[in-house]
Amino acid sequence: MLGAAVLTTATACGAAPEGAAGADGDGAKAATAASAKDFGGMDALVEAAKREGALHVIALPPDWANYGELIKTFETTYGIEIESENPDAASADEIAAVKSRKGQKRAPDVLDLGIAFARSGAEEGLFAPYKVEAWDKIPAAQKDEAGRWYNDYGGYVSIGCDAKRIPNCPKTFADLLEPEYKGKVALNGNPTKSGSAFGGVYAAALANKGSFADIQPGIDFFGKLKKSGNFIPVESTPATVEKGETPISIDWDYLNAGYADQFKDKGVDWQVAVPTDGVYAQFYSQAINKDAPHPAAARLWMEYLYSAEGQNLWLKGYARPVLLPAMTADGTADKAFVAKLPAVTGTPAFPASAELDKAKATLAEKWDKALS
Amino acid sequence: MSSASPTPTEGTAPTEGTAPAEGTAPAEGTAPAEGTAPAEGTAPAEGTAPAAGVTPAAGTVPAGETAGGTRRRRRGPRTWLAALPLVAFTGLCFGLPLGALLYGAVTRTDPGTGATALTGEHLSRSLQGPYLGSLLGSVQLSALTALIASVLGVLIAQAVVTSRSQALRNAVLTASGVLANFGGVPLAFAFIATVGISGVVTQLADLSSLGWNLYSFTGLAVVYLYFLIPLMVLVILPALDGLRPQWREAAQNAGAGGWQYWRHVGIPVLAPSLLGGFVLLFGSAFAAHATAAALVGGSVPLVTLKIADALSGNVLVGQENVALALGLDMILIAGLVMAVHLPLQRRSARWLR
Repeated sequence: MLGAAVLTTATACGAAPEGAAGADGDGAKAATAASAKDFGGMDALVEAAKREGALHVIALPPDWANYGELIKTFETTYGIEIESENPDAASADEIAAVKSRKGQKRAPDVLDLGIAFARSGAEEGLFAPYKVEAWDKIPAAQKDEAGRWYNDYGGYVSIGCDAKRIPNCPKTFADLLEPEYKGKVALNGNPTKSGSAFGGVYAAALANKGSFADIQPGIDFFGKLKKSGNFIPVESTPATVEKGETPISIDWDYLNAGYADQFKDKGVDWQVAVPTDGVYAQFYSQAINKDAPHPAAARLWMEYLYSAEGQNLWLKGYARPVLLPAMTADGTADKAFVAKLPAVTGTPAFPASAELDKAKATLAEKWDKALS
Repeated sequence: MSSASPTPTEGTAPTEGTAPAEGTAPAEGTAPAEGTAPAEGTAPAEGTAPAAGVTPAAGTVPAGETAGGTRRRRRGPRTWLAALPLVAFTGLCFGLPLGALLYGAVTRTDPGTGATALTGEHLSRSLQGPYLGSLLGSVQLSALTALIASVLGVLIAQAVVTSRSQALRNAVLTASGVLANFGGVPLAFAFIATVGISGVVTQLADLSSLGWNLYSFTGLAVVYLYFLIPLMVLVILPALDGLRPQWREAAQNAGAGGWQYWRHVGIPVLAPSLLGGFVLLFGSAFAAHATAAALVGGSVPLVTLKIADALSGNVLVGQENVALALGLDMILIAGLVMAVHLPLQRRSARWLR
């Protein structure tokens, strides 16, 4: 009987979250809205989101791609409180939170995921399809046709280097093998776990005659780096960078460039180079939880992220927003921020889904052996 | 992103998840937060656990009588009643997670249809390739560090006992109590700051040129010893106290030398405690996660790190069930180690009262 009632009011939303703000019919409408039009325009969406009054996010570190400012600006603009949970969580934790808190008030509303998790999550039917106003400007290769996920921002694998401690900063992967960098080269974590460390190995593969389908040369490269004593297994973080524990750190360019800003006053001259021999870019993806407790606020957050303002805030954090090409063309991209991005030669290419899966499987199998 | 959050692993492996709550009761707040589970209820529980209220009688039975068996059986029902809270607690805190773990380790849920089917795939994967390597790595590291820490811990404890200095004894016990609990990320960072790559001592003494590397198997073993040795001291000191001076005097009267006394009296009496201590240390090292995660990341293959990678990562998708299977493997190994210890413990516990 209950099932029938739900079916008549809203298909595809069996678990209309209890306690969501607004009237029942309204909540159901927000939960199935596939674009701002379904609300009756942006103003109505803002209105509905304000009524909900809160947004629950997960895994958004404030010192990552300027998320701190993004969150604060959203809160002050719309008067919607953002509850940020477990900022350092990984994509797997986000998916686990969606599954385990289905129908609860504490479930995350929106997700910022690694691409593989976005794809698998969409297949499992965890996300609500929604197309933001700027949908058409997102390149076709960077979105799910149905709108269940689309790329948000990305960056290049880069080499950060503490110029105060390292007299001659490395610019390429080949440079890293030089004996002068003994005990100095670190990754952002373990590549079987950390997306940026995985990107580092992938880029090293490209620099060493590998390809998207063949990550082995990258694994071999780090094996060689370990044998020579250059590689240290310390996970680079803002703390290790500041303390000089990881004087050379392979990481996303937006993180490395952010460290440069962050530690300028503390006597760390952090230089960032995108290695010319291994250019690899990767984007994260944004998605809405199908059972979001604040469905309207979740959709407003998406509109905000893909507005010129949101995209420019990512840009300010040195991340390259997905709409950057379109915004450069129509002049809405902030030129001052664009000028500060680390220089890159050539255009990025992206691995196909099957290539990525294969590379990860190879990495999981071979990484331990190569490094021990 | 950050791999320093220990929570995911601790939630899944019941050996860890339930340890802190229990570890404090039997070992008088001395057991470290991590990995006390395996030896729990065996070695330290004897004195203080709720069930102990009924055991003193059992101690007198085998000492005085040979037909203790029948008596024990008669007291059965009442013993059960008294132990009920403990049984309920154990069932809840060990049984439920274990059941969930077992279920996840042998089933697979199809993401599309949601149908669940039995499969041995996760278990077999957990015993292959890098996963097997991590299990072996963990066993190797735990056995080695537990062995070294047992030997050193006993020597230190014996020195304290024979010195008969109350001040020394108090100092060592207090220090051990603190240090045995000093594990995890704080310990890792203490070592990084001291003997890490840019650590104070490394810079002063130029340790790197001497071949020192904190972020390796050896480095990790040294860090583990830092909290394992004090733990052994705490565990073994009461047992050493239990060796009555009269036994040594009697042995000497009978013409035994120092070595003969230890060979035929001391070590046999101590054996269960020694083994119990070893099992406790093994479990402590085996289940440790945060220290290793903060120190070596992925470069020393350890099973706890692999579980964390599989459960909470940005790279590998859909590895949760393999993590559960690995958890099950851990429980089996811990169970095997305990199985060696239990019969011995029962046999000669009566000497140390």
